[in-house]
Amino acid sequence: MADATLQHDAVAVHGVTGEYEAPLFGAYSKKVGMWLFLASDSLTFGALLFAFSYNRIYTAWPTPFGKDSIINATVMTACLLSSSLTMVMAVFAAQRHDRAWTRNWLLATMAFGTAFIVLHGMEWTKLIHEGLTLPGFPKPAGASEGEFAKISTGVPQFAATFFGLTAMHMLHVTIGVIYLGVVALRKWFLPILGALWLAGFLLIPSDNVFHYGVHALLIGLIVASIILFLKPKDYDAHDVEVSGLYWHFVDLVWMFIFPLVYLMSTKV
Amino acid sequence: MHDVATHDDSKGQYFWVWGALLVLTGIEVWLGYRQIFEPVRMLEALLVLSVIKSALIIAYFMHLKFEKPLMRWLLVVSVTSCFVIMYFFFFPDAGRIVHLGVR
Repeated sequence: MADATLQHDAVAVHGVTGEYEAPLFGAYSKKVGMWLFLASDSLTFGALLFAFSYNRIYTAWPTPFGKDSIINATVMTACLLSSSLTMVMAVFAAQRHDRAWTRNWLLATMAFGTAFIVLHGMEWTKLIHEGLTLPGFPKPAGASEGEFAKISTGVPQFAATFFGLTAMHMLHVTIGVIYLGVVALRKWFLPILGALWLAGFLLIPSDNVFHYGVHALLIGLIVASIILFLKPKDYDAHDVEVSGLYWHFVDLVWMFIFPLVYLMSTKV
Repeated sequence: MHDVATHDDSKGQYFWVWGALLVLTGIEVWLGYRQIFEPVRMLEALLVLSVIKSALIIAYFMHLKFEKPLMRWLLVVSVTSCFVIMYFFFFPDAGRIVHLGVR
C-alpha cells in the first residue's frame, strides 16, 4: 500500500504517468535519511556509554547522588517519556491533517523537553556549586569544598563522564526542541527563540555555565533562520514524523544515561 | 507516500507502552536504592532493563515495528553489530591497557 501511494505522489508531483520503481525500504527518502543519521548518532552515544561503563567498573567509583538528585532525574525521565507520547499524538494529528492539534501536541512536546532542560540545568548548577567541576575548570565563587569537590580531584573521570554524557544529551534535547519549534511554528518561532536566547544571556548570572551555554540557542537561531528563509515550506505529516523520529531517539538515549550515570552512583 | 496511519494503530497501545516505560523506570530506581547486586551485576541488570525500554520506544514510538522487514532488519542488525564489536573488541582492550600497567 505504501508503494502504491508513493507512485501516486510521484505522478502528482511530476505530472507524468507511468511505472516508478518502488523504493527499496518502502519509505520516503528523508525518513530513511533520518534513520541512517540516528544509527550513526547512536554509535557516538554508544562509545561514550562504553567509556563510562569501563570507568565505572575499573575505577573506585564514588556514589554521591543523594535522594534529591535521583528524584530530580526521575522527574526528568518522566518528562521525556511523556514528551514521546505527545509526539506520537502530534504525528497522528498531522496524518489527520489537523493542523491545530498537530501544533498543540508539538508545543506540548516542546514544553516537556524544555522542562527537562531546565531541571537538568538546575541539577548541573547545584552540583557545580557543591564542587563538582572538570579538571582545569575554575570553581565558581562560594563553591563548596565538600564531597563533590573531593570527587573532582580524587576521581576526575566522574566529572568528565558525567558532564560529557549529560552535556551531549542536553545539546541533543535543545536541538530537538528547536527542530520541533521550526516544524510547529515555522518563522513565528524565530523571534521566540531570539527572545529566549537574549533572556537567558541577560538573566543567567555570569558565573553560571549556562550564561555561555545559552549561546547554543543563538547558533540554533542562525541555522533555523537560514533554513526557513532559504527553503520556506509548509511542513507536512512526513516532516512531523521525521522530527518525531529524532525526538524519540533523544528519549531513547536518556533511557541508558539515567540508569548508568545516576542509578549506578546512588548514595544509599 | 508511506503513511503510518494506515497501520493497525490504536492510540491505546501507545498509552500502554508509555505506562510500561514508567513502570520499568520505577523498577530501575527501586533497584538503584536496594543495591541488591554487586556493581557489575547491577550494571548488567540496569542495561537489560534499558534495552527492553529502548526496544519498546524503537518498536512503537518510532514505528520500526510497522516498517518493511528489510528496513527493520538492516537497521537493527547493523547497529547491533557495531555495538557487539565495541563490546567484544574495544572493551576488553581497554582493560588490557590497565593490566599492562599503562598509567
